[in-house]
Amino acid sequence: METSFAITGKGYVIVAADTTSARSIVKMKIDEDKIKTLSPHLLMAYSGEPGDTIQFAEYVERNIRLYQIRNLYPLRPSAAASWIRRALAESLRSRKPYSVNLLLGGYDTASHDPHLYWIDYLGTMTAVPFAAHGYGSYFALSLLDRYHNPEATLEEGLATLKRCIDEVAKRLVVSPGKYKVKVVDQDGIREVEL
Amino acid sequence: MSLMEYNGGSVVAMVGKDCVAIASDLRLGNQALGISSNFQKIFPITDRIYLGLPGLATDVTTLRERFRFRVNMYTIKEEREIEPETFAHLVSSTLYEHRFGPYFVEPVMAGLSKTPSGSVKPFIAATDLIGCLNFAKDFVVAGTASAKLYGVAEGLWEPDLEAEDLFETISQTLLNAVDRDAYSGWGCVVHVITKDKVVTRTLKGRMD
Repeated sequence: METSFAITGKGYVIVAADTTSARSIVKMKIDEDKIKTLSPHLLMAYSGEPGDTIQFAEYVERNIRLYQIRNLYPLRPSAAASWIRRALAESLRSRKPYSVNLLLGGYDTASHDPHLYWIDYLGTMTAVPFAAHGYGSYFALSLLDRYHNPEATLEEGLATLKRCIDEVAKRLVVSPGKYKVKVVDQDGIREVEL
Repeated sequence: MSLMEYNGGSVVAMVGKDCVAIASDLRLGNQALGISSNFQKIFPITDRIYLGLPGLATDVTTLRERFRFRVNMYTIKEEREIEPETFAHLVSSTLYEHRFGPYFVEPVMAGLSKTPSGSVKPFIAATDLIGCLNFAKDFVVAGTASAKLYGVAEGLWEPDLEAEDLFETISQTLLNAVDRDAYSGWGCVVHVITKDKVVTRTLKGRMD
């Protein structure tokens, strides 16, 4: 089943999402990128109902880009998170709500600190030091309670993420095989191989 | 599955002698799974009014934004700050506007209103999810631990408590009530509002 994690550390956020695209019991694709780059310092991992996810992620991506073109500077992570949350909250009370869960990781270039937001399809939003969505969250969150360190270096952060992935692979019956991992820090966004 | 219990959380407010206190837990969960231990449910409305919103977390955030907008509009139009009694009716009518598709929250408010003589009068109130107001003289409770809060508050509260004693009473009431509720807890925040200042303290709680 779909799983995504995110961890903050000293000056960075790591966002990881599995790469499987499933329809019922069948894996349709094993190299799907479910982490979108919204702006030079903002990442969004999305999961949920297929169709809704891509539609909503692209809607968010284009609107964040539009803001940047109009104002010549991008939205800061907290402002972007509030806008996205409101879009989901308004959708919730519409005829056909988007069924999309998000992890929003960003680096604020004005205040120089990492931000991570956990957002679900209801429009629930909270700022957290680490977060997870999907069945993997039941294993990863308790593991991160024990091992997460907000002052960890990137290498240590990636090691903690590896522990999460290994734990899910070990204990979850329907565990995903591969993950895409992206990091956002002062220098922007890059993909890393575990 | 009740939407009122989906995310968990509790709020309590109490009256003291020329002061009021309002307190909440800090948990945000998805049923039994804890997501955050720093989810604020109490928001300042003016310097003298605080509003607690336990219930469905998405509606907590939506209503907080909505009340900020409506209170700002009131302040601009009236060119003065809103009084607690007026704010209570604003909350009530905002919720009743959504009578047949409600926001799943039970607001609790605490504040000090001005009297003609220039002194202050404590004010607390709570409403249900469709805006039925409950003005109480002693204390009001809401949220997943409300049944437990009634019991503990009934035992600990007494009339005319000074600010420091009221802080101790409301803190012990909340801390002990949420320990008997699986959906509330993970730390607390307490605001004590007096004539010339608001004291906000964050309490550590059991993390289980």
